[in-house]
Amino acid sequence: MGNMGTQTLPDWLTKTEQFTLPELQTKRRKTDGFIEKTLAGISTIIEEAVFSQKYASLSGLLQAMDARFKLISVLVLLLAAGFAHSIGLLIALNILALLMALASRITLSFFIRRVWFFIPLYTGIVVFPAIFSFITPGKPLLMVGPAIITEQGVKAAFMIIARVGASVSFAVLLVLTTKWQNLMRALRALYIPQTFILTTEMTYRYIFLLLRIIDDMHLARKSRVLQRTSGSENRSWIVSRIGVLLKKSQGLSEHVYLAMLSRGYTGEARTLQPGRAGIADFGVLSSSLLVLMAVIMLNRY
Amino acid sequence: MHIPDGYLSPQTSGVLLAAMAPIWIRASRKVKKTLQARNVPLMALGAAFTFTIMMFNVPLPGGTTGHAVGGTLVAIALGPWAATIAVTIALVVQAIFFGDGGILAIGANCFNMAFVLPFVGYYVYKAIASRTNPRHKWLAAGIGSYVGINVAALIAAIEFGIQPALFHTAQGVPLYSPYPLSVTIPAMTIPHLLVAGVVEAVVTAGVVIYLQRSGEPFFNQERKQIDTAKPVNAAAQS
Repeated sequence: MGNMGTQTLPDWLTKTEQFTLPELQTKRRKTDGFIEKTLAGISTIIEEAVFSQKYASLSGLLQAMDARFKLISVLVLLLAAGFAHSIGLLIALNILALLMALASRITLSFFIRRVWFFIPLYTGIVVFPAIFSFITPGKPLLMVGPAIITEQGVKAAFMIIARVGASVSFAVLLVLTTKWQNLMRALRALYIPQTFILTTEMTYRYIFLLLRIIDDMHLARKSRVLQRTSGSENRSWIVSRIGVLLKKSQGLSEHVYLAMLSRGYTGEARTLQPGRAGIADFGVLSSSLLVLMAVIMLNRY
Repeated sequence: MHIPDGYLSPQTSGVLLAAMAPIWIRASRKVKKTLQARNVPLMALGAAFTFTIMMFNVPLPGGTTGHAVGGTLVAIALGPWAATIAVTIALVVQAIFFGDGGILAIGANCFNMAFVLPFVGYYVYKAIASRTNPRHKWLAAGIGSYVGINVAALIAAIEFGIQPALFHTAQGVPLYSPYPLSVTIPAMTIPHLLVAGVVEAVVTAGVVIYLQRSGEPFFNQERKQIDTAKPVNAAAQS
């Protein structure tokens, strides 16, 4: 080390830079929050994926079902929620979803939080203006200043919230009670090509690897940058990281392909065979079909 | 732009799913033909990239953040047909596993974001890039992505806007999205013209500039197959 002269040091290391550390602030500036926001988003995704798998290993009504039958039953129930023409029917479907969650040993508070926390609440805000006569004309219910709330408007708003709630409930039940490998395999029941299923399986696996790379990028930035950075500097950093991620993902696909080739991949996709269905599977599927038929019949009244 | 279940009638979702079927068939044939056996890992990583690009929060002036969809960027990198497959898979994973976008609405979401967005974005990019200096490819990419996301938003607005006229009860209660075209078009297009489109353009153009400056090969893989004899580029391994 001793014989290494100072001339070998790179310029940037010998240069002194004038900069002052930012003052300690108790209130964080909004522009500095994009790193935390991304890190929080990644944690939420991983948390959701882990929690979904936790419930899938319990023994309950839906967990015991063959994934193919469960997938088709849920699609039928989603159609029932889509075709229902009255608030009463949609409330009944929401109650059915709650009962299915109970029978599948999903904690009700967790299920309600997962279902009703974001999408239906967001829907409520989105459809709020529709209760007024300037969007939905009809029988006046109430005057709010110059605006009139109509019966048709209120019904329309409740209808869409209840419909979105029921749809999200059935979709959440499917994902919470099924291991993701079985869910992928179940897609074969819908005549989806094996290549597509294999690709989707790989996508699901590599999403978590890419998320980890993004997480590392942001943590590295957060732990090394002390100086306050400008918005344009942050934007150019973000786009450069997206560029790196794009090239990394393309390079990785080549590595994965070579690894597949070396393990005997011939270009023909093969996925695991689905298991056997039991009487209970046929029972749940026929019950779902009955619910759909009942909804279509009751729409007439 | 992810449409949840309940906003569109099952009939609308069904029509858009049927419209996507021939597009998916054509896309998978095209991808299989050009990429052969490596189409599976390339599409899988392309889809994983499409999924994760939405995780990047881009700081915007005024203190808020936004995220890009990346459809045009993926179309420029992989080709529009391959982008259709990659974005479709990303949307399926989002809908089934993460509740982002509806399951019945998969056809509609794929039509808007896996077909309209990458194709419009890519062909606008191609039309401009073929007439300008290669150094200005980033500008073509930015404009292409801006047009692509805005056309996709307009199509989504039309899908929402036709619901109350087509599907309502005898008493005039809208069954699905209650807003007419006169509301949905400005409600969807103005935020996309002013914010989401700008984020999309900044990200797409920025990534193209970054790749051009760093000397990374940036090619459409539907047109040029990767030569396995060549080493994988250094940046991909870093």
